[in-house]
Amino acid sequence: MSKHHVEMTINGRRHDGDVEARVSLSDFLRGDAGYTGVHVGCEHGVCGACTVIVDGVAVRSCLMLAVQADGSTITTAEGLAAPDGTLHPVQQAMLEEHALQCGFCTPGVVMTLAALTQGEQKPTEQQLIAAMSGHVCRCTGYQGIRRAACKLAAPATGETA
Amino acid sequence: MKPAPFDYVAPASIDEVLTLLAEAGGGATLLAGGQTLMPLLNLRMSQPFIVIDINKVAALKGITHTDGGIRIGPMTRQCEVIDNELLARELPVLVQAVRHVGHHQTRNRGTVGGSIALGEPAAELPATAVALDATIEVRSVRGTRQIAASDFYLGPYMTVLEPDEIVTGITFPGWPAGHRTLFSELAQRPGDFALVGLVGALAIDAGKISRAGIAWFGMGPTPIRARAAEQLLLGQTLDNIDVDTVAERAIADTAPFDDKQTSAEYRRTVGRRMFARTLREALNIEVAA
Repeated sequence: MSKHHVEMTINGRRHDGDVEARVSLSDFLRGDAGYTGVHVGCEHGVCGACTVIVDGVAVRSCLMLAVQADGSTITTAEGLAAPDGTLHPVQQAMLEEHALQCGFCTPGVVMTLAALTQGEQKPTEQQLIAAMSGHVCRCTGYQGIRRAACKLAAPATGETA
Repeated sequence: MKPAPFDYVAPASIDEVLTLLAEAGGGATLLAGGQTLMPLLNLRMSQPFIVIDINKVAALKGITHTDGGIRIGPMTRQCEVIDNELLARELPVLVQAVRHVGHHQTRNRGTVGGSIALGEPAAELPATAVALDATIEVRSVRGTRQIAASDFYLGPYMTVLEPDEIVTGITFPGWPAGHRTLFSELAQRPGDFALVGLVGALAIDAGKISRAGIAWFGMGPTPIRARAAEQLLLGQTLDNIDVDTVAERAIADTAPFDDKQTSAEYRRTVGRRMFARTLREALNIEVAA
């Protein structure tokens, strides 16, 4: 089995380490880098709890090897709020809409919504709701998540994209 | 739920990949988007001794116009297909199909070639390639082969790809402007594999159907081309099509099976109606109330 030196920027800080080839990005983020906000649920790409932002897009970190993320810029749930504790707009919307119960799926949901709403052009409600199909919430708290997603969408213009 | 140990290499050129594949003698696995391979590794259903990551091979990426149509590099991510203007204009049904592949998060990593080469019988992309007469280019140290998509699939997850071969391009022939598209699928949840699905295109010339390519997914061990239905449609004027008869003929070509999701009979029943409805929509035929 091969070992690899990896370096990546996680939540604005540089991390490096030596990993076995088989180590997933999710395990590296939790175990080596200490970002336990990366929740590892199913480990086969079904639940979406481990979703993080890699180079600007939301991906399932259990479906990527840590060695593949060498040189990447990664954001986890810990990297969203401002240093003074001010919540990220996605976190604020989740809070206001009671969009979490046990909280296990929450970091993944938040990272998908954060990735999709980071640009100038906001996605539509439909696009955000469709992206939520990539997350399983076993508390069945979907209505709150849906409301939070709608709050983050572009204002409706009467036309759909 | 952790993979068995393996060696990892990430070459930058196709030639390096070919050499590694040849040297591995069948013990290697190619890592494209990883959205199927990583679960298989995590579950230890796949235990290669070497994983060849092809994400750094720039020559395997991109969407380009060629003489033969539109060539898609196998490492083109599914999300790139959705955002591609050339495809939106010239091959809209492919974009429609990709929108149904997995979820937003998996399409950000998942690739066109990965899905094509995997050969999941209920997946959208293999059926789209079969329906639209795509050609799949594969290479090994032994040479290059051009394989018609309809000859590529042998059974569930079984293709004509040899262990030392890699898909290096998928070329979709052009369709005339104004061609009609067909796409429909039934799945238990958005992003799941289809229980029943169909995809295709129809070209119309001087009021008659001049070209037809339609294929089923989730309706047998491989994507299945609805050739008998296509034959019924060819040469017909749009007001002269007995949609229900064509749908019946299309179902006759399928070979669905019973599985834990549903029965073969259910698939046939849904498929018949889905085909008729989708064909009517494509041809703008109103259903009498």
